[in-house]
Amino acid sequence: MSRAGLVRTAIVVAAVAALELAARGGLLRAGVAVPPSEVAAKLWSILRAGDANADLAETLGNVALACGLALVAGFSLGAVVHGLPRLRRALDPFLASYYALPFFAFYPVLIVVLGIGRLPIVAIGFMFAVVAMMVATLNGFDRIPRALPRTARVWRMGPVRTALKIKLPSAAPHLFTGIKLAVAYAFIGVIAAEFIMATSGLGYAIAYAFNNYDNRTMYALMLLLLGIVVVVNGVLHGAEQRLLARRRAR
Amino acid sequence: MTVRPLTRPAAATAPHEIHARLAGVTRTYGAVGGRGGVHALGPVDIALRRGEFYSVIGPSGCGKSTLLDVLSGLSRPSAGTIVFEGRPVDGAVPDGVGVVFQEDASFPWMTVRDNIGFGLRENGVDAAEIGRRVDAALALMGLRDFAAAYPPQLSGGMRQRVCIARTLVMQPRLILLDEPFGALDAQTRLIMGDELLRVWRETGATVMLITHALDEAAMLSDRIGVMSARPGRILAEIETGWPRERDSRIAADPGFGAVTSRLWGLLREESLRAIGAQAPAGADRA
Repeated sequence: MSRAGLVRTAIVVAAVAALELAARGGLLRAGVAVPPSEVAAKLWSILRAGDANADLAETLGNVALACGLALVAGFSLGAVVHGLPRLRRALDPFLASYYALPFFAFYPVLIVVLGIGRLPIVAIGFMFAVVAMMVATLNGFDRIPRALPRTARVWRMGPVRTALKIKLPSAAPHLFTGIKLAVAYAFIGVIAAEFIMATSGLGYAIAYAFNNYDNRTMYALMLLLLGIVVVVNGVLHGAEQRLLARRRAR
Repeated sequence: MTVRPLTRPAAATAPHEIHARLAGVTRTYGAVGGRGGVHALGPVDIALRRGEFYSVIGPSGCGKSTLLDVLSGLSRPSAGTIVFEGRPVDGAVPDGVGVVFQEDASFPWMTVRDNIGFGLRENGVDAAEIGRRVDAALALMGLRDFAAAYPPQLSGGMRQRVCIARTLVMQPRLILLDEPFGALDAQTRLIMGDELLRVWRETGATVMLITHALDEAAMLSDRIGVMSARPGRILAEIETGWPRERDSRIAADPGFGAVTSRLWGLLREESLRAIGAQAPAGADRA
């Protein structure tokens, strides 16, 4: 492990240890914090009993659906808008200010329009993720060096082959950034939506435990969520590193 | 660099066979309803002789790159005709024409070997033939030790070698180069110029080089077309009279100074015009 990696690990270990000591030593009230060791034990028992399985499956399903739709729609919209410079100029301010909007304020509208259940939750996750992917797609296509498609024309390649074999790989690093952002935003959107307008799912389960003063379960589910997000991002990061390894100067 | 001279009997028997010809070529940009357009080029008449090394030199913004674009078929001329090997060029790059751009056009996601072979694969050449041609191009451009490297791991000069090699494997009969060494440092430029001369001799291709560097044009060319400020026209064509077997050391030849001073004599005023003309040209459009 590198020196920075050692320091990083030490910070996490020290923080967890400090929380453990503070909770056990009475520095933090029992109603506020639970020692991490007990949180881990609780999570283990929840996982063994399978109590959270249904909520977990539902949340992961929602995230996958929101994220998948956002990736497809974001990429397609980005590709189309990139080809229409006038529309693009008209849309640019909307895209730039999109994330300034507090989407969650509109949740009553979503419930009225889409009803209670999975749909409004997936919709929020989708809305959160789609523009990140679209902007990343636009960025990626913007940064294709002009000489690359021109080279394709010298070789008499058609527009489809040029798109698939030259433009797509050239834009790939930016597209990957979009995928990473879309996954993160889909998680945020879905979990937050489950807090406020769901009757199942991990977000709902956390809120339910909180409302019932069940701190141990609440923290255990938070830990579960954290673990999932860390694993998903770790996998994406690894894939990105493999993609970029060759493109970096040594 | 010692290279076995390659004599080409064909060139000796038909020294002035016309390989490509531009006649009355002009290019105007952005003319909507005949107003507000920029007259970028021409009318230009150039007759490229088969196997010659022809350079086009001119002040910045004179339409040199536009000239290359229309000659290669990457864009259509607004008026005039372009003929390559007896067939008109119109909006598509003909078989037998290779182009090297100023910008780095190598694919960062492919090895040098795959970069060089890509055009051949796209054009359906069989694998064994691709292997042979790529190996030859790697050797010719001094890239053998870098075949497995990725372009971002290479210097700018090496990446431009990759792009030249990628053009050469297609066995073009006319090679167009748009300021290919513009982004390189002065010493690398000299080396690359020598390599280009070697490639030109060994392939027997006709070469048209776009450049803004007087010494580069004087050093490399059989003939030099000197362009005016925008809209670029050919002011004069200068024959250097260099032997086919030559390299950058030709700069020490007594005739070299005569060629460059003649070029500068023609270009000085045009360059001043190009610099001075920018402000009024902008004001005109406003």
